[in-house]
Amino acid sequence: MSSNTKKWFSLNLNNKKPIQNKSCGCGKTSGGCESHNNLDAATKKDGFDQVFDVKMSRRTAFKQLAASLAIGAGAVSTSCSVIAGDDSKEKAQIDWEEQFKGNYKLMTDDEKKATVDRLVRSYQLRTGKTLNMSSKNAEENVLFGYAFNISKCQGYMDCVTACVEENNQDRNSQMEYIRIHEMKDGKGFNFNEADDNYYHEVPAEGHFYMGTQCFHCDNPPCVDVCPVQATWREDDGLVVVDYDWCVGCRYCMAACPYDGRRFNWSKPEVPEDEVNKNQHYLGNRLRKKGVMEKCTFCVQRSRAGKNPACVEACPTGARIFGNLLDPDSTIRWVLENKKVFRLKEDLGTEPKFWYFMD
Amino acid sequence: MRRFKVFGRLVKDSVDTITHGSKKYHIWMAVLTFVMLVGMYCYSIQLEEGLSVTGMTDRVSWGLYISNFTFLVGVAAAAVMLVMPTYVLKDIDFKQAVLIGEGLAVAALIMCLAFVIADMGGPSVLWHMIPGIGVFNFPNSMLTWDVIVLNGYLFLNISIPFYILFRRYQGKTPNPKVYIPGALLSVFWAVAIHLVTAFLYQGLQARPFWNNALLGPRFLASAFAAGPALIIIVLAIIRTYTSFKIEDKTLKKIAMVVTVAAQINLIMLISELFKEFYAPTHHSESAYYLFFGLDGKTALLPWIWTAIVLNVLATVILTFHKLRNNFRVLFFACFILFVGIWIEKGFGLIVPGFIPGPYGKIAEYTPTGIEIGVTLGIWAMGAFVFTILAKTAIRIEIGKLRYSKNKND
Repeated sequence: MSSNTKKWFSLNLNNKKPIQNKSCGCGKTSGGCESHNNLDAATKKDGFDQVFDVKMSRRTAFKQLAASLAIGAGAVSTSCSVIAGDDSKEKAQIDWEEQFKGNYKLMTDDEKKATVDRLVRSYQLRTGKTLNMSSKNAEENVLFGYAFNISKCQGYMDCVTACVEENNQDRNSQMEYIRIHEMKDGKGFNFNEADDNYYHEVPAEGHFYMGTQCFHCDNPPCVDVCPVQATWREDDGLVVVDYDWCVGCRYCMAACPYDGRRFNWSKPEVPEDEVNKNQHYLGNRLRKKGVMEKCTFCVQRSRAGKNPACVEACPTGARIFGNLLDPDSTIRWVLENKKVFRLKEDLGTEPKFWYFMD
Repeated sequence: MRRFKVFGRLVKDSVDTITHGSKKYHIWMAVLTFVMLVGMYCYSIQLEEGLSVTGMTDRVSWGLYISNFTFLVGVAAAAVMLVMPTYVLKDIDFKQAVLIGEGLAVAALIMCLAFVIADMGGPSVLWHMIPGIGVFNFPNSMLTWDVIVLNGYLFLNISIPFYILFRRYQGKTPNPKVYIPGALLSVFWAVAIHLVTAFLYQGLQARPFWNNALLGPRFLASAFAAGPALIIIVLAIIRTYTSFKIEDKTLKKIAMVVTVAAQINLIMLISELFKEFYAPTHHSESAYYLFFGLDGKTALLPWIWTAIVLNVLATVILTFHKLRNNFRVLFFACFILFVGIWIEKGFGLIVPGFIPGPYGKIAEYTPTGIEIGVTLGIWAMGAFVFTILAKTAIRIEIGKLRYSKNKND
C-alpha cells in the first residue's frame, strides 16, 4: 500500500502531499467499505509489486535450473535403478521437484497448479487415497473480516474442536489455533488472570469468555520479519504461510503480539481416517515438521464461499465472518451498529478481528 | 602460480602444526572432539525427532540456542576493540593480541552460525535464504540484515589475518595500505553486527521487554566487556603454554577496555532497572518475572541474581587499579564478568521476552539434555576452531613457520 492509503498509524515524515481526507458513505475515515477500496484500486503498482516483478526473472532462471536438475536426477534414477517400480520412481521425481520448487507467493497460476497436482499425486502414491487440493487465488473485491460477540460466547469450545478437525492439526501436541480465555466477571478484560486451558463445565458461574486466534492484521508484523517471505498477506486480507518455503526460524512467532502462530515441533500426525481431504495449498494441507502454521480463516472454505469451521461450529452464534467490502454483509452490519473494539490497537497492527457486546 | 604453491605449502605446514603438539595439547583436542561428537549425536536426534526434543514450546519459542547466538555475536564484535588501536592508531602494545582477537572473532562467528542453524526447523531448505536462488526479504526483515553483517564480518576477519600471516609466512612485511582499509571497515562492521543483532529483538512491538531503545547500546557495552575479558583469559593461557610473548602492558591495556565497558554496562543496567521498577507498567512484567518471579514461577531468579552479583563484583574489582594490576585477581574478575554477561545477555535476555506471553500466560522454559548437548558441542567446535587458528598464527608470528623453497630440511 502506498503511504497515503495506509490505515495504520505511521509518522508523517514531512510529506509535501497532504493526506487525503477519505471520508465516505460508511461514516468512517478508515475501514474496509467499498469507497475506500476504490481509492486503493486506483493507485499504481507499489513497491511490493515492483520487488515482485524483479524477482520473476530470477525465479525463471532458478526454475530452469531446478527443472534441468530434476530431469538429470530423473534420468539418473531411471537408468540406475533396475528393481525400482514406476511408482517409486515417480515418487522420487515428485519429492525432488517439491524440494527445489520456489516460493508459492511468487508462482504463476500454472506453477501453483503444478505443485498442487504434485502434492495430490504424491499423497495418492503414498496412501492410495485421493484428496482435493485447491490453489484458488483471492477474489477481487473481497476482504475478509471477523467479529466476536463476547456476550454470546459460553466457552463450549466447539469452535476449537471444529478447527482442529477442519485444519488437520497435529493431534499429538494438541495444537489449537483458537484459545478461549475464561475471565472473571467484574475484572474487565484481564488476560493475566484469565484461564485459557480449563477443563470444567461451562459456562462457569461468574465468568465470561473471549476467543483469540490469528487476527489477520492489515499491517502484520509477522510478515515483515520473515527472512524468506514464506508468510504474507493475500489480497483478500488473509495472512498465510507457505509451509514448504518456511525455514522454521520462528521469528514471526516472536513478532506476533497476538499469539497467533503455531510451530510444528515434531512431525504432525493426523489419523488417516480423520484427515480432511478438502484442502487448500495455503490452508489445511498436511504439514511437515519444523514449519510454522496458523489460522487462515479456513482459506479452503472461505474462498469457496463458506464460513470458517469455527463460525459454523459455534452453537451460540458468537462468531461472525464475512466480506468487509460487501455493504450487505453481516460483518458490516456489526461494525456499523455495534460498539466494536480490537485488541492492542496501540501497536498499529490493524487486526481484522473485532470484539463487541450485545 | 607461485602464490598457489605457497598457499598449498602453507596449508600443508598448518596441518603439520596442528597435528603436532604436547601431550596436553592432544588431550585438549581429544576432549573437544569427544564433546563435538556428543553434540553431533544430540543434533542427529533433534533432526530426526524435530525441535520437540528441546525445551522450547509455542509459548517460549526461542531458548538456549538463540541465547548463545546473541551472546557470541557480542564476543565476535569485541575483536574490534583490539583491531582499532593496533592497525589504525598504531598502538604497538596490541599488535600481539590482535591476531588472537580476530581468531576469536572467527571462532565466535562460526559458533553463531552453527547456533542459528541448530535452531532452524528446516535446515534442509536453508537455501531459501540465499539471495539469487531463494527469496531474501531484504531490507524488511532484520534477520536478513543479520545474515549479511555476520557473513561480511566473518569474511573480513578471515581475510585480514590471512593476508598478514600469508605475508609473514613468506618472510615479507604486510603492506599496511592493503589491510588498513579492511581493518577500518571492520571497526564499523563490528558495531554493526551487534547493533543489528540487537535490532532483531528491539524492533518487535510484540515483546515490550525487548522493545526498548537501550537494548542496542547495552548490547555494545556488554560485548566490549565480555569479549576482551575472554581475550585476556585466552592470552594468559597462551602466554603460559607457548613461547609467544605477550607483554604485561598489553594485558593491562585490554583490562582497561574491559573496565570501562563493564562500568558503562552497569550504568545502563541501573537505568533499565529504574525504568522497569520505579513506575512499573503492564510492560514491566517480564522484568518482574526475570528479577522476582511471577505467580510463583521463579526459574530465572537464581541465574539473574548470580549474574548481577558477578557483574557488580567484577566491575568493582576492575575499577581499583591495585586489584586490576594484580594478574591473578584480573583473570578471576575477567572470568566472572564473562560468566555474568553470558547469563545476562543469554537466556536472561531471550527467555523473559516470551514470559509472560502475549496474553499473560506464564509458561516457563527449561532446556533439555539434548539441547544442552548440542550447545556444548557447538562451544567445543568454537574452541576447536580457535585452537587451530591460534596455533598456526602463533607459529607464524614467532617465526617458526616459514615458507622454504626446498621442503626437505
